[in-house]
Amino acid sequence: MIEARGLVKRYGPTTAVDHLSFDVRPGTVTGFLGPNGAGKSTTMRMMLGLDRPDAGTVRINGKDYRDLRSPLHEVGALLEVSGSKAFHPGRTARAHLTALAASNNIPRRRVGDVLGITGLEQAADRRAGKFSLGMAQRLGIAAALLGDPAVLVLDEPVNGLDPEGIRWIRNLLKNLAAHGRTVLVSSHLISEVAQTADQLIVIGQGRLLAQTTVAELSARSNSLEEAFFQLTEGSTEYSASNIAYQGSPS
Amino acid sequence: MTTATLTRGATRAEGGYGFRSAATMEWLKLRSVRSTAWVLLVFAAGLIGLAILVMAHAHWATMSPADRASFDPTEESFAGLTIGQLAFGVLGALVITTEFSSGMIRATLAAVPRRPLLLAAKAAVLAAVTLVAGEVLAFGAFAAGELVLRSPAPHATLGQPGVLRAVLMAGAYPALIALIALGLGAVIRHTAGAISAVVGILFVLPLILLPLGTSIQNSVGQFMPMLIAENSLTAVKPQSHTLSPGAGFGMLCLYAAIALAIGTWALARRDA
Repeated sequence: MIEARGLVKRYGPTTAVDHLSFDVRPGTVTGFLGPNGAGKSTTMRMMLGLDRPDAGTVRINGKDYRDLRSPLHEVGALLEVSGSKAFHPGRTARAHLTALAASNNIPRRRVGDVLGITGLEQAADRRAGKFSLGMAQRLGIAAALLGDPAVLVLDEPVNGLDPEGIRWIRNLLKNLAAHGRTVLVSSHLISEVAQTADQLIVIGQGRLLAQTTVAELSARSNSLEEAFFQLTEGSTEYSASNIAYQGSPS
Repeated sequence: MTTATLTRGATRAEGGYGFRSAATMEWLKLRSVRSTAWVLLVFAAGLIGLAILVMAHAHWATMSPADRASFDPTEESFAGLTIGQLAFGVLGALVITTEFSSGMIRATLAAVPRRPLLLAAKAAVLAAVTLVAGEVLAFGAFAAGELVLRSPAPHATLGQPGVLRAVLMAGAYPALIALIALGLGAVIRHTAGAISAVVGILFVLPLILLPLGTSIQNSVGQFMPMLIAENSLTAVKPQSHTLSPGAGFGMLCLYAAIALAIGTWALARRDA
């Protein structure tokens, strides 16, 4: 269970997150949607105690992240900010996971488990800096699963995955939710999120636009995508001109 | 994919984190990157290599009476500390700046959200590794230096007054520099910036004193880390305008404590 109440985050004159409140419930996959720059990553960083809100709170299982006694057992996170990964490029995948496991007294055999779940056994002893985007993403997911957490917070998890990888992560997320976990997945693509999520939290310019379900949203218009565009209209950072480019006359 | 491993409860009840587990993580992180081994290699080569170089070239026969009077065979064998302090300064900075440059800091803080505890664990592991390596190589450099020093130049032995203290303090000095660099790194966050700051403090500050008058050099110079190492910690023959070994060592400990306190404050206060 994740509860956000009146979250505010400002960077200078810009308000990235603007009095945001929502609940993320266990047992289902919740999609966290919004155009680029809507404040999804900032909100997730506040959930994990990386950034401090200017106002409001976000609680995970009733607690501030910074007060969790055993954070990796309670929350698994995949955060990525513009190409920078959450691992040291010189460390092997196994060494990276082993160090993280040690921090929360997670038994070492669990490292082998998550390498297996994410299909990284063959690559486990290679330096992570040499990984493809897809493998790096799998390593991030392996780290998120280390502590067998009740809550998963994943920022754009399909980024860089090939079609097989995307199918794999969809099944993984559904499975995790089916086992009673709280799963929050951010994306800027409604079509992708609709493949796994039932619940939706849609934000734009840091504000809550809707907390709804995929079924309810798609009933609002001809198609799910159409409904999503109507909802987020006016809260994109920039928009393409409606006049189609005609090409130069010959 | 195996569903068995997805069933909740696979790793229950063993969790919780604290200083001990955070320090274990930091130890595993430190030993699993190549830069650590390289830094230790440079440190060892610098300490032993320069001890041999300097002591093998101490020509007693051609020394002036003044040089003979001030020749300190203990202090001379620690010429390599100039390189050693830089090597461990780099290591101390890297321990925290690579976390920020790689993005690893997010995984680290997700695992250990109490930031003062995290920095304390980093400092403890860094101090332990650099202190052990520093002491081993300080004794090594001392032994190598005395071995290649030719008679009739006077030799130092550990039994002579002040020599054992000088060797022990020579070994501890680079560890204190590493801790200062860790504190600076926690504030600056960028590898190049943090290493520049370390170089500035160790090498550039003493240079700035040079064009100033002797009285300023004498009064301020004794507080410079590198000059403390040279004139207070490793010197057996008393020198003028220098802190006593104990006071010099205390001063360096104070610098390290201040750097770590500011680093902790910056790490705890700022967004990661």
